[in-house]
Amino acid sequence: MAAGLAYRTGFEVTFVRLAIVVATLFTGGFAAVAYVVAWLVMPAIGTDTTIWSQARTDRRGITLAGGLASVLFFLTFITQLLGSGLLATVEWPLILCPAFLVLIWRNAPASEQARMRHLAEPLLGLTTDNRWSRAWPRVTFSFVLLIAGTVILVDGHKSIKMLAPLGGAMLVLAAVALLLGPWWLGIARDLVEERRARIRAEERADMAARVHDSVLQTLAMIQRRADQPQQVVQLARAQERELRSWLFDGRAPGSLDGEDMTFAGGVRRIQQEVEAQHGVAVEAVTVGDCELTEDLGALLAAAREATVNAVKWSGADVVSLFAEVEPEAVSLYVRDRGRGFDPSAVPGDRKGLAESIHARMARRGGSATVRSAPGEGTEVSLTMPRSGERQPSRA
Amino acid sequence: MTAPSRPRVVIVDDHGLFRSGVRSELGGQVEVVGEADDVQPAISMIAERLPDVVLLDVHLPGGGGQMVVTALRAAVPEVRFLALSASDAPEDVIAVVRAGARGYVTKTISGTDLVDAIRRVAAGDAVFSPRLAGFVLDAFAAMPEASQDRPLFDPELDQLTTREREVLRLIARGYTYKEIARELTISIRTVETHVSSVLRKLQLSTRHQLTRWAAERRLT
Repeated sequence: MAAGLAYRTGFEVTFVRLAIVVATLFTGGFAAVAYVVAWLVMPAIGTDTTIWSQARTDRRGITLAGGLASVLFFLTFITQLLGSGLLATVEWPLILCPAFLVLIWRNAPASEQARMRHLAEPLLGLTTDNRWSRAWPRVTFSFVLLIAGTVILVDGHKSIKMLAPLGGAMLVLAAVALLLGPWWLGIARDLVEERRARIRAEERADMAARVHDSVLQTLAMIQRRADQPQQVVQLARAQERELRSWLFDGRAPGSLDGEDMTFAGGVRRIQQEVEAQHGVAVEAVTVGDCELTEDLGALLAAAREATVNAVKWSGADVVSLFAEVEPEAVSLYVRDRGRGFDPSAVPGDRKGLAESIHARMARRGGSATVRSAPGEGTEVSLTMPRSGERQPSRA
Repeated sequence: MTAPSRPRVVIVDDHGLFRSGVRSELGGQVEVVGEADDVQPAISMIAERLPDVVLLDVHLPGGGGQMVVTALRAAVPEVRFLALSASDAPEDVIAVVRAGARGYVTKTISGTDLVDAIRRVAAGDAVFSPRLAGFVLDAFAAMPEASQDRPLFDPELDQLTTREREVLRLIARGYTYKEIARELTISIRTVETHVSSVLRKLQLSTRHQLTRWAAERRLT
């Protein structure tokens, strides 16, 4: 607000702030009220509507401010009854400030709300995550005050005559609490209800956005490509996998690659990428999981090569991937039911591909076997010993 | 036991579209005698029509598919259940199988494979898809070996034999029973025996590890 005032008056922001603080001290708090009012009626930088114009339409907020003002009015009334002159000087600002602050809070732009919340959090401890760890200093402190106050009262006033006005005050307090209590409670309940409704609405919106981004988009694409069955199947499979990983592994749609990718994650990735690029279904089953080491990275690269080969050459409409993580070794099998070939009579180019898988595995101390016969499909078995003594971590 | 040539089937799934899809895919090879979309209607329909096989969705609005199996297993033991689902959390699948289903296949299964699986279940065999084989290997691998401070409840039920493990691995690798038989040079009947034995262990093992494995899966 000070920035806005400075912007309008042409003074430095710091100067305006200092002036307000000094004025507050001298006028016994009235400048603070003026500050709050100014905040209400002046548009924040970058917005057109003032907080005040929004606040006027915020009926719930006005009710809340009224309720709060009445509570505070009642409290100042009590302190006056008790004869404490200390609070009397700031009486009206004390009532008005919080009331207007409520209106401001409810109608301020989101960024300002966040800043105010951040400021108020440690002071009040009234925020949403009102956990015991944060509340206990407050509770302890109030207990100490309560006990000390009682001791002073009992000690200082030996005769109970002096307690008569206090008793009267208590009666008034009780009366007003009875009178206005339900209303205050109602307001508090409304606030809680409103908050819950907002959280629900936000969750719903988030869910809707994700379903829209993934499922609805895919369905739209499927409708457009209804004449190309293979593409439809491919789309449906990719979508199914994405949805599954969102529902059961908690991974957001479209974010398969995490920094902390595991071996099983790598297998899923091969499955997804090969299906997306070649339009052939890949069934992947993994047992166990572990950290992705360099050796296992090589294993995955070889497996990918083998999978792409199967997809390209076998003519099968599905390729099976099975990976198992055991304490001593990781094995991976790529199998298809395609046309197969005679390993002893392979053409040169395919031999080269097999060699690249063999060589890749051998460099890391692993092994690769290719089993195939014409008409019976092909299976590539890859095994990589696990270096070190790390135990498998099961996911 | 011999399989009836045209098994009578009830389809339980909450998606009407999926039910009609399965119905048309099964064609004339099985006799679909009823459809149900939730736990309660399914229970009463199955008890009344006594089909050979129930195709049971793992997820139903009124509770999991295992509720249907649990409710009917004692009353009509001759009805066999084959679980199928699209989006399967391993613990849900294992729960249905532990409740008494004779097997589990994914909804992406082809029509001929599904008919084959139904025939197999109708004949009293177990049907493991590669995915279920993976889940089971995972569940049993998660169980620690017996030790002094942690003795096995029942070593016969709580561990898979080496052969059973081999069979499961081959299923997970995409082998058919016939191919497994050839690979291990045993008869198809022996493969079926191994699979049924794994199913029995899965259903009868009282180990806490199976439950704990499921709980851990849920956490990660």
